[in-house]
Order: sequence, then C-alpha cells, then structure tokens
Amino acid sequence: MKTVKIDARGMHYTPLNQKIRAAIADGAEEIILDNVLGQRFIGDGLRGNVRIIVNGVPGGDLGIFMSGPTCIVHGNAEHAPGNTMDKGMLVIHGSAGDAVAHSMRGGKVFIKNNIGYRGGIHMKQYEVEARPILVVGGTAHSFLGEYMAGGMVLVLGIGKDKAMTDRGIGSGIHGGEIIIRGDVDDYLLGTGAKKFKFTESDLERITPIIKSFCEQFGYDAAEFLDTNYTKIGPVSSRPFASKYVWE
Amino acid sequence: MCGIIGFIDRTKSRMDGSSIKAALSLMNERGSGDGAGYAAYGIYPEYADYYALHVFFDNLGEPKKKVDELLQQLGEIVHQEEIPTTPQLGIKKVHIPWRYFFKPSEDLMSGKAASEKDVVTYIVMEVNANVKGATIFSSGKNMGVFKASGWPEDVANFYRIEDYKGYIWLGHNRYPTNSPGWWGGAHPFNLLNWSVVHNGEITSYGTNQRYVEGYGYKCTALTDTEVVAYLFDLLGRQHELSYETVVKALAPPFWDDIDRMSAKEAELNKAVRLTYGSALMNGPFAIVVGTENGIVGFTDRIKLRPLVVGENGNRLYISSEEAAIRVLDPKVKNVYTPRAGEPIIGRFIE
Repeated sequence: MKTVKIDARGMHYTPLNQKIRAAIADGAEEIILDNVLGQRFIGDGLRGNVRIIVNGVPGGDLGIFMSGPTCIVHGNAEHAPGNTMDKGMLVIHGSAGDAVAHSMRGGKVFIKNNIGYRGGIHMKQYEVEARPILVVGGTAHSFLGEYMAGGMVLVLGIGKDKAMTDRGIGSGIHGGEIIIRGDVDDYLLGTGAKKFKFTESDLERITPIIKSFCEQFGYDAAEFLDTNYTKIGPVSSRPFASKYVWE
Repeated sequence: MCGIIGFIDRTKSRMDGSSIKAALSLMNERGSGDGAGYAAYGIYPEYADYYALHVFFDNLGEPKKKVDELLQQLGEIVHQEEIPTTPQLGIKKVHIPWRYFFKPSEDLMSGKAASEKDVVTYIVMEVNANVKGATIFSSGKNMGVFKASGWPEDVANFYRIEDYKGYIWLGHNRYPTNSPGWWGGAHPFNLLNWSVVHNGEITSYGTNQRYVEGYGYKCTALTDTEVVAYLFDLLGRQHELSYETVVKALAPPFWDDIDRMSAKEAELNKAVRLTYGSALMNGPFAIVVGTENGIVGFTDRIKLRPLVVGENGNRLYISSEEAAIRVLDPKVKNVYTPRAGEPIIGRFIE
C-alpha cells in the first residue's frame, strides 16, 4: 500500500487539501496527516477509496461532500463532520461538536464519545444503498435528528446511566429513524417525533452496523445485540403539512 | 459568525498576549477583517487603583478638550497618554486611541452617584452619547480593551498586544452581519470591569435596550452586543445577583423545564423569569464575559452558536473552537461542549 505522510502544522486548509488531492492523483492509498489543528474541510469532495488518517483535531466540516474515502481521526472533531457526505466512512476516536452528519446523504459516521447539539440534522436518503448512518458511542445534546428526512442515527450511551438526557429528539423529523439504547423519557421527544417498539427484525437490521462500530473502537458487539433500544420516528411522513398547506 | 475566546488563570499568574493572538488568528475563517479586539485584565498593576479609560478620539482638539474638562470636573487624572501603536498595512488609523488613569472625586459620592463606579458609568454614558468625536471603549481598573477594524493579527500587532501581561484574556474576531464595521463596534464591549465578546445576534436587542436605558445606560455603539455589558452591570453590580443568576435571567430555562423542577428551584426560576423578562436575550449567541472576579461563558437557550470549554490546572479556556484552545494549551484537559444556557464560570482562587 502506498502511504503518504503530510505534516499539517501551521498549514491553512487550502494547501493542505491541495496536497491531499495531489497525493491521491499520485496513487496514494493511505494518507497520514500529522499535527492537524483546526484545518477545515479536510477531505472535501474526495472520491475513491483512499484512507486518510488524521492525527490531531481537524476543523469544521471534515469530510464534507466526500464520496467514498475512509477518514479516521485520532482526536476530537469540531462542527459538522460528515456534512453532506455521500459515501465512505468517518471514524472519530473522540467527541465532536454541533451538527454532526449535517445533511448527510450516505456513508457512515462513527463517533466514539459524545456529540454536541443537532446531530444528524437534515439527514436524508434517496435509495436503499444511499442511506446515511450516524452512530454515537456516548450521548448527544438536544435536537438529535432535527428535521431528519432519512437515514439512521444510533446512540449507544456507553458509560452513561441513560443514553439520552437532552430534549428535542427528532424535532421536526419526517423520515428516517433514531435508535437509542435503553428507554427514552417521553418529554425528551421533539415535536413531530414518536416512539416505536424496537423489534427483533430491527435488531437484525442494525446488527451489522453495531458490529462495524464495535470493530472500529474495540468494543464487544455482543453487549449491544439485544432489543433494549427505543426507536423514534416521525408521527407521519408529513407531520407539518397543516402548517404549510391550506387546502 | 464570529470567533471568540476567553482565558483565565485562577491564581492570577499572568500571560502575555502573543498566544491569545495566535489562538484567535486560528479562527480567521470566522471573521471578515472588519473588527477584532482583546481585553486583558491585570495589565496596569502600577495604576491598579485608578480607572483606566481607553478612548477613541477623532482628533486631539475639541473632543479631547471636552473629555479632559469632564474628567477634571469629576475627579483626578493621574496620568494620560496615547496608547502605543505600531502602524499596520491592514489597519487604517481612523481614531487615536488614548488612555487616562482616573480617580473619581469622593465629594461626588452621594445620592444617585453613590460610588466611584456610578461616577465612571455616568462619564462613559455622557461622553459616548454627547461628546462628538470621542468614544470611551474601556473603563475598568487594572484592565483594558484594545480593538479596531481589521484582522486579529493586525489589531494585535497594532496595539503591540504581546507587551501586555494579563490573568484574564478575551479575544474576538468579528464578522459583522447586521451592523456597521467600525472601531467602536468591534468587540470586546466594556463597562467598568465587565467586558463582553459575543458570537451571534441579540434578536431581542430592542427590548433589552429599552430595559437598560430605563436605568440610565445609553446604547451608542450601533450594534447589539453593547447591551450585554450593561445587562451584566445592571444585574451583576447594581442588583448584586450572582453570575449564575445573571445567566439564568439572560438565558433562562424554558417554562416546561421549570415545571419539572423541584418546588423550591421552580420558584426561584419563575421569580427570575418574571422579574427579568425584559433582560431575557433571544437569538443565537455564544458569549464570554470578563469580570472583576473571573470569566463567565454561556450560550443561548437552544444552542445556536458553538462553545467549547477546556481546563488545565488553574487555567480555564472557553472558545468557539477546540483547536483555538489547543493553540493556547496543547495539553488542555477535560474538553467538552457545555449545555445551552449553562453558565461556565472561572473564578480566582483566594
């Protein structure tokens, strides 16, 4: 495997992304970015199967518009990693800021610890294969899955008494599903969101996702393979029709 | 979109301004070059008993004469000078930054102006509202604000910010969206020892402005953040509320959250909301306030702006981005994002 190392210390994101693109054009299969600190838009619009290792704390919009590559971060991420991502995978060995997986359209975003407000906001899906998935190992702040139109958000609450204690879950959701480990208090649900029973067939569906997440972070997947989850979805496919349509 | 940063060393160990400049510059993407500024506490130990009045003069003629007269009438100027600056290509020096070290006369402390702070507040409001060509933009003790239109590095180099050593630093990188970019509109906004840096908008500005103006404050900076400094002075100094309660008044819990609280807690929160309804701030904001006793960070109630907190021993950092904190302290610990409306308070250790 051809590996390229880039020292990002003090580098602005524009030359950094240019170097990444040049390395890919040159046949790199793995790119290691050292001393990353606050550079935004890393991996912007990249295609193909390259693997990017980020050592440090990348800036906002990591993997924006990315379609295919895998990006592994050894550190925390700032706002909106996975923004409008199409395909591929982001793995964050830490926590992330607000609006994680903003408008994501496909691929996977795995966060080991916690995320800020509005995780999964505006996530959407077009076809069965283009179904974005956000998995959070710890917990999420308010408005998780806000205005969500498709895809899946899974919160495991590892190390927490309750996976979710912040309000507004699925506020304005009209598609997709939010799956939370354990019970969720009713008052945490946002407007337009409803709880559904988590079934054996749901478990079967999410098993590969849980296994993939646990593989990335060294957890034992067996601990999570039961039906002790709460599924949250929209009350209807057009929960706000009456607000915008007068017939 | 703006970039903010706040730093405190709780033991009052001082740090020069070079690293705060580097941290703020890392967030250049959050600004537009139309304003940047710094507040530093602990910088004037030789004049610690005097109010350091930083003034923008359009010229040193008539405006300065009027300010000199007012100050001499109301107290004693022990020292004054132009604030040292170094010309920068990126900064057009449209004002002359000046500083006075001033002590209000004790003869005035009676009735409405019961304390030195009331006199200084009166002077700031009077000059900013009525003296053409003069703006007092900093009026605390042993602290000062340094701000202008420009990028963070340029403003820092202009004021030679690395020459100052402080135990609290605030920094702000401005991206003005709905008010003009001018020197007085750059952050931090200050009154006495309150300094405010803010990312976002105070949508409730009209209500808040009318409220503080009822108590004699005058909003003259042509932008919303100014009112936050006056709200802190009114609630924190005049009404003697704790920082926690001030934040509770400005960014209170929702009514249905209050309904779920214990009876005692609910009663307090209802009382604060009812008493300070006009102080409630709406709109997106992340704010750090520098004070006499420390720093206070908080966001709006639904967290429409980012705020990250980190700690390392006696040092507390609050910023829009974690990376900026890591510029100040690569070994920072306990990095987390606080909840909406949650006060993050760093106080000096006695």
